[in-house]
Amino acid sequence: MTLSAVLARGEVLAVRQASVSLSGRSILENINFTLEAGELCGLIGANGSGKTTLLRTILGFLAPNVGDVSIEGGGHASVGYVPQKFMLDPFMPMRARDLVALGLDGNRWGVPFPSKERRRKVDEMLEALEATPFADQRIGSLSGGQQQRILIAHAMIRRPRLLLLDEPLANLDMRSVAGIVALLRRVSREFQTAVLLSAHDMNPLLSVMDRIVYLAHGRAVTGSTDAVVRTEVLSQLYGYHIDVVRVHGRVIVVAAEAEDDARVAVAHDPVHVAQVP
Amino acid sequence: MFDDFMVNTWIAATLVAGVAGVVGFFVVIRGTSFAAHALPLSAFPGAAAANLLGINPLIGLLAFSGLGVAGISQLARRGPRDVATALSLVMLLGLGALFLSRTTEYFQAVYALLFGEVLGVGSADLGPIVALSAVSVALIAVLFRPLLLNSVSSELGQARGVSARAMEAMFLAVVALATAMALPVVGALLVFSLMVGPASAARTLTDQPPTAMLLSAALSVATVWMSIALSFASDWPIGFFVGGLSALAYIGGRTWTRVKRSRH
Amino acid sequence: MTGMPTLFSILVEPGFFTSQPVLIAAAIGAAAAIVSGVVGVFTVIRGQSFAGHSLADVSSAGGSAAFLFGINPLLGFLGMGALAATSMEMVRADHASERDLATGVVTGAGLGVAALFLYLDTTSSTTGAAVTIMFGSIFAIPASIVPLALVVGISALLAIGLLYRPLLLSSIDPDLAAVAGVPVRLMGLLHLIVVAMAVALSAITVGAILSTGLLIGPAAIALHLAKRPGLAILLAAAIGIATTWGGILVAYDSYEWTGGHGWPVSFCIVALIFLAYVIVAQPGLPYWRPLPRLSSTRTKRTE
Repeated sequence: MTLSAVLARGEVLAVRQASVSLSGRSILENINFTLEAGELCGLIGANGSGKTTLLRTILGFLAPNVGDVSIEGGGHASVGYVPQKFMLDPFMPMRARDLVALGLDGNRWGVPFPSKERRRKVDEMLEALEATPFADQRIGSLSGGQQQRILIAHAMIRRPRLLLLDEPLANLDMRSVAGIVALLRRVSREFQTAVLLSAHDMNPLLSVMDRIVYLAHGRAVTGSTDAVVRTEVLSQLYGYHIDVVRVHGRVIVVAAEAEDDARVAVAHDPVHVAQVP
Repeated sequence: MFDDFMVNTWIAATLVAGVAGVVGFFVVIRGTSFAAHALPLSAFPGAAAANLLGINPLIGLLAFSGLGVAGISQLARRGPRDVATALSLVMLLGLGALFLSRTTEYFQAVYALLFGEVLGVGSADLGPIVALSAVSVALIAVLFRPLLLNSVSSELGQARGVSARAMEAMFLAVVALATAMALPVVGALLVFSLMVGPASAARTLTDQPPTAMLLSAALSVATVWMSIALSFASDWPIGFFVGGLSALAYIGGRTWTRVKRSRH
Repeated sequence: MTGMPTLFSILVEPGFFTSQPVLIAAAIGAAAAIVSGVVGVFTVIRGQSFAGHSLADVSSAGGSAAFLFGINPLLGFLGMGALAATSMEMVRADHASERDLATGVVTGAGLGVAALFLYLDTTSSTTGAAVTIMFGSIFAIPASIVPLALVVGISALLAIGLLYRPLLLSSIDPDLAAVAGVPVRLMGLLHLIVVAMAVALSAITVGAILSTGLLIGPAAIALHLAKRPGLAILLAAAIGIATTWGGILVAYDSYEWTGGHGWPVSFCIVALIFLAYVIVAQPGLPYWRPLPRLSSTRTKRTE
């Protein structure tokens, strides 16, 4: 991560010409985009397109071979992270509010002294995320959606400038998805945090995204949804003909196989995969 | 049972059990049961080596449990963790076989090291036990927050700058320290039971981390007190009661969880 | 060590390949290595090294019980091992760490029982028994157990042959296995019982330490080298034999350079296994990882 002075005013995150290779394989090529405070951006791509790699690069777990990543404030204090896989031990003796409290000072040595101030901050955060009803439950007994709220609270309690979420909607049912999406929109506005979340289905995010980073084969196109999710733009990104179909307010991205002369739906909306002759 | 000469036994056993409970809390939530079992067992050849060299057995114990930690950490980078633990363990035990082949007068001590000689604690031994107990508990207190975060999710910790590798290494080091201290008192095979049984019950009885840790220590001390009393009364080895009570604690905890769940 | 006098008498006659005790040791060691290696491949794939080691420790309780009740020690080992294996599998565990915890608790209880039996057995010296059980000696095998040992060993191999496909599938992916109609939990139990058989066999012939070493080491080495399970099994058996014979040779030769003491065979074999693993397992090389999830008992959660 380089100096935050390189960022333009209002920018929280800037990824410039970043290319990342793992074990000799190129995963990401020449990624460019910026995020401003309060913006919600969807990092959209199929499985294996490099979304997690990009998130880990922004987090600093990986270093780009070329290019750089700049974050306002630089360092762990200004970035919140909600990881994808969170295997919870059902017997773990820890309540939801304890996990949120660890977001405040989990990296400091020593035992936390119970203080009114600490408790107040935790209560405040739980309230903001409507998580108070289950704050005293064991984390291992939370539902998927409840878990997400707690993880977001854990990440947000230090008021980071940037919040990263790795496939937060992946294992949720439709109702929970809508709830979390609305929550993230509210969080980004209320706390003026830039929110970047990865997903393989952009449909739940269509109404809330300020910006989209569309990833395919390690390359990206960024901009507003209307500008990016178009036939000509995506065809150029993929390198072969893509049709963008809008049906009942949903977006389906369909690829054509030139050899077979048949159209196969690319699974960007798994529920609607169809074989078109 | 409460004669003067037994005072040392009660004090030593209480300290050992208390530390075992505190460390055991983390052993259980981190799922490092195998390492907690393997490290005391790996340490015991160190006492044999120390005996050969004529130095304080405690130094040998610490050295060998340190080797155990190093072996596990190093091999765990190259392969599965349980394989790393198993192979480090057998290598160090193999060395133990080597040392034992040198001397045949050590069989009595082997038994004591494996099963403990809690009745053989002298006043002179108490000093190091108190010191090591204090150090172990202090280390856990200092590591508490980052270790807890890392134990719940190493990724969340990583995102906050808590190095997963450093936490794992430091935690294993504390386990090594606690087991080296406990070994002469309760034996290599029992210190592990004191670590996991009470802690596995404690985690089901409370949902707050610091409380669970303290409860785990309390249950461990209770276990060892009951075991000493029962052993005194029946003349049966203390290890039998420690092993049995720990198993009961584990089963009790699991049953309690099921009962709670069926109530809702 | 009980085996020491015999080793001394080997030394007196030079000639490794013509010495009978050495040949017997090599044969028995190879048998233990083959059974352990074959079974061990599944143990390593399933990430159950702790259970494998624990069964060795706990079946020693059976060993001491056998002395107490005057039955064939191998039967004692087997009985105790089967009991322990069943206890471990009875506990419902969704994650590997919970399974390891259950394994540990059973180990503690089993060792407690071992301590009790050792105490109650007043016929042989307690301390000597503890050492023999732990370290064993490849040269101190009573002839009476050989026929039973052969039966156990062959049964274990036959069981693996019979269970091969369902066991392999449920070890690699319990979800896929469940969908294919494989009784995943039963496979788990059967695997541990077969491990108990392999471990009882090797613990009584080569000692508890080597028993774990031969179960896990060659299998782990083979899995680093071979991608196909069938090949891994063959390799594990071969590596087991190689390290066992190599260890016997080193132990035999060690008399030359240690002025008559000699290194114990268990140390030599274990050292070879450890060295081989360190060489083969290079950091950065991909290797097979045991699954943290054991069964597909969770359904997708809703809010």
